[in-house]
Amino acid sequence: MNHHIVPLKIYFAIFAALMAGTALTVWAAFQDFGEFNTLVAVVIAVVKAALVVLFFMHVKYSDKLIWVFASAGFIWLIILFAFTLMDPMTRDWLPVGAPLPM
Amino acid sequence: MAESRNPLAHHFDSLEQQYAAAKLGMWSFLITEVMMFGGLFLGYILYRCRFPEVFAQGSHHLDIKLGAFNTAVLIVSSLTMALAVHAAQEGRKQATLTYLFFTLMLGLTFLGVKVIEYSDKYQHHLIPGARFLWSEGDAGPPQLFYSYYFCMTGLHAIHMVVGAGLLLWLMALTARNRFSPAYYTPIEMVGLYWHFVDIVWIFLFPLLYLIGRH
Repeated sequence: MNHHIVPLKIYFAIFAALMAGTALTVWAAFQDFGEFNTLVAVVIAVVKAALVVLFFMHVKYSDKLIWVFASAGFIWLIILFAFTLMDPMTRDWLPVGAPLPM
Repeated sequence: MAESRNPLAHHFDSLEQQYAAAKLGMWSFLITEVMMFGGLFLGYILYRCRFPEVFAQGSHHLDIKLGAFNTAVLIVSSLTMALAVHAAQEGRKQATLTYLFFTLMLGLTFLGVKVIEYSDKYQHHLIPGARFLWSEGDAGPPQLFYSYYFCMTGLHAIHMVVGAGLLLWLMALTARNRFSPAYYTPIEMVGLYWHFVDIVWIFLFPLLYLIGRH
């Protein structure tokens, strides 16, 4: 079979980036970004995941159908989150133990 | 003889077609996995929005050093898995076996650390249920955090155990000369699975261990 063989230096570069990303996410957790700590953590995780998908999982070198499938998983996940969160994000959630509004 | 066994199943025209079908099937399976873990992540988001302080307090009982160590272990194991696929593509049998073995050992290291963490939670009465002890207020919400912690890391750990079994199976097949540069599909597919499990942990580590640390 005539498959693309990814050069070893790319694997090692991705590995170094993933390790750096792990150190970065630990560092970022101890900084005070106000409301944005979780967002920073998720963005770092998404970038790390994208590196794994594109290079370790060879999607960058795969045909378009694999691109479509890999993206579909991500898009359906966004739909799951976005449509569910539409409700709680647009309401005031009561603190636990608070009396119900009359 | 094992070496003369034809890897091409009768319902495919060529090894190339068989490989493409296997890859697409594997990705379809991984999408169902994304949705399964996605449901847990969604529940986590909802309850964390509701009890942000309690989730942060619960997170403080998790060991960052062990979590970060395990993250590094999984990333190294993803590298060795990628190297195993690479060696198989080039037909280097001994290197393939070595890298698969390293990947397996790293996977077992991860699970060993998980055992240490779980037993620590048991000793500190942090397993949701009748014996759950919480000195910082209402014991209800923190049990939610630990329920998510155990369900998410537990489901992840089950995937690791399955992955370890798959690696053993690949090592046995490699040792019997079943693979060649023309046919290494199972190694590539297990690789996809292993990297997916790594990705789940890439999200679990910051979302469970690193909340409210500043």
